[in-house]
Amino acid sequence: MITLTNVRKSYGDEVTIGPVDLQIPTGGITALVGPNGAGKSTLLTMIGRLMGMDQGAIEIAGFDVASTASKDLAKIVSILRQENHFITRLTVRQLVGFGRFPYSKGRLTQHCEDTISKAIDFLELTDLEHRYLDQLSGGQRQRAYVAMVLCQETDHVLLDEPLNNLDMKHSVQMMRHLKRAATELGRTIIVVLHDINFAGQYADHICAVKDGRVVEFGTPAVIMTDEVLTRVFDTDVQVIDGPNGALAVYY
Amino acid sequence: MAEATIARPAAERRTPPARRRTSGALPTPRARRRYWIVLAILIVLATGFAFGLLAWDNPLPVGSDGFWRIAQMRATSVLVMAIVAVCQATATVSFQTATNNRIITPSIMGFESLYIAIQTSAIYFLGVTGLVALTGLPQFVLQVAVMVGLSLLLYGWLLSGRYGNLQIMLLIGIIIGGGLGSISTFMQRLLTPSDFDVLTARLFGSVSNADPDYFPVAIPLCVVASVALWLRSRRLNVLTLGREATINLGLNHKSEIMKVLFLVSLLMATSTALVGPMTFLGFLVATLAYQFAGSADHRHIFPVAVLTGFVVLAGAYFIMKNVFYAQGVVSIIIELVGGSVFLFVILRKGRL
Ligand SMILES: Nc1ncnc2c1ncn2[C@@H]1O[C@H](COP(=O)(O)OP(=O)(O)OP(=O)(O)O)[C@@H](O)[C@H]1O
Ligand SMILES: [Mg+2]
Repeated sequence: MITLTNVRKSYGDEVTIGPVDLQIPTGGITALVGPNGAGKSTLLTMIGRLMGMDQGAIEIAGFDVASTASKDLAKIVSILRQENHFITRLTVRQLVGFGRFPYSKGRLTQHCEDTISKAIDFLELTDLEHRYLDQLSGGQRQRAYVAMVLCQETDHVLLDEPLNNLDMKHSVQMMRHLKRAATELGRTIIVVLHDINFAGQYADHICAVKDGRVVEFGTPAVIMTDEVLTRVFDTDVQVIDGPNGALAVYY
Repeated sequence: MAEATIARPAAERRTPPARRRTSGALPTPRARRRYWIVLAILIVLATGFAFGLLAWDNPLPVGSDGFWRIAQMRATSVLVMAIVAVCQATATVSFQTATNNRIITPSIMGFESLYIAIQTSAIYFLGVTGLVALTGLPQFVLQVAVMVGLSLLLYGWLLSGRYGNLQIMLLIGIIIGGGLGSISTFMQRLLTPSDFDVLTARLFGSVSNADPDYFPVAIPLCVVASVALWLRSRRLNVLTLGREATINLGLNHKSEIMKVLFLVSLLMATSTALVGPMTFLGFLVATLAYQFAGSADHRHIFPVAVLTGFVVLAGAYFIMKNVFYAQGVVSIIIELVGGSVFLFVILRKGRL
């Protein structure tokens, strides 16, 4: 369970995110949706302690994010940012191997190697594991980053737009991977998504953010309605019955 | 039947060969072999040049008393080169990692401008006697302390503040360096030509600037700081992933950076106070080391960088001394080559 209590963050005088009160249940996928600039990344980076908050408290599985030692939090929560650039040339396997750092401090044991192999196989990167990241397509690279955070074996996984750069097929695959990670590996996954239909299809909970506030929280069935989506996205949205559940049409 | 034959190659491709899957920085046997060959070549070159500097052109017969006495005198400069190579190579590699920037040199933080300002003001205010007063062990220690102290103030103030960020810190370092440089230039204009002449000799980085009296302080400083950095290799590896990934993996990014920058400032101050400015040596060496090593792991990079540094320094001195009879210009040549590599890298990468 992740609990945000009265969390606030101001960027200068103009932009304020929050106050936000939110409880994200354990298990399953929770999708953060909302327009550009709504504050999704800000919330996610604060939960992942990459950025401090001005006010309020965040607890992950009972651990206060601000006061728990970072090295202990690294075994509870992992976060992947919207954009990643590394100055070193790494292979997929070396990158994924960094996910073991909280446990191994850089001295990889056989158990670590096995976990790394598992994460790589899980995201179907086995054939690419010795390729350098700059020799991969954007989508393959995105999968490598996700493999790295999965390899960290944390119960809570925060992903900022993991479908960035992915085509139709790989977006679907990525969401299936995440769904499997949630069900088979028992992870709690919080993911920022832009395509509301992906959220509706794969998420267990949807959290809608707008102007720095959480405006809706509920199951896809509750969120996927004309009224709610139109209000959240400031766009006319019609929800129709698709072959696999509700579909939002907005163009 | 047909299906089975089609399926088999795909299945074989998918199940990796029985080789053990490892994540080391040198994943293939080829990469490992290459690394060890590079290291071996560098060691041979380094010992070759060191031996050459000690024994080449020694007028006395090998093994005689006089031979050893001359070799001993020359050993001082070889030792100085070793210290400078360790300091500059270790400091530059670590600094580039801490700032997440591969085309940067720690001298950007104003160590050299500070050194130049100290030397210039000594001669400006006290005349040539001022420069003489600057030589000696206590003065050496004082210079190191001032450089480390000022850079710590800068890092501490800028990184702990509300707007604490590396880019701002670097920018302010450059501005302070530039300011100190202008003040020094201004004072140099007002010097008498003879004072200026004396000063110029001190302002080119040169192994002959070093005084063996400084060794009892310089060597321990260099050893302790570089060993401390080498022991942090695994953490430095994480730092190359950038601030966010470092925090995600459970390291306190700010305190890691502060520790690294402190050790870097110790090394840079030691090297600068010992031999004077060497702006591009570290950059040249770090860039070459990344090319040579074929690994991004600091445990592999550090030895290659240090050996490369020594080979470049000792090789340049050896060639300049025995081929061109112009050992005074060694640092100028190194800076020229380093500067050219710097430009080349920037132009090729097309970005900072
Ligand atoms: N470093 C910053 N300085 C100032 N303002 C910022 C900063 N980062 C974000 N903001 C502002 O905070 C608000 C929320 O930004 P955030 O990145 O959280 O949005 P988001 O919901 O992730 O948007 P997107 O869907 O485009 O990724 C935006 O209005 C943005 O302009
Ligand atoms: Mg965002």
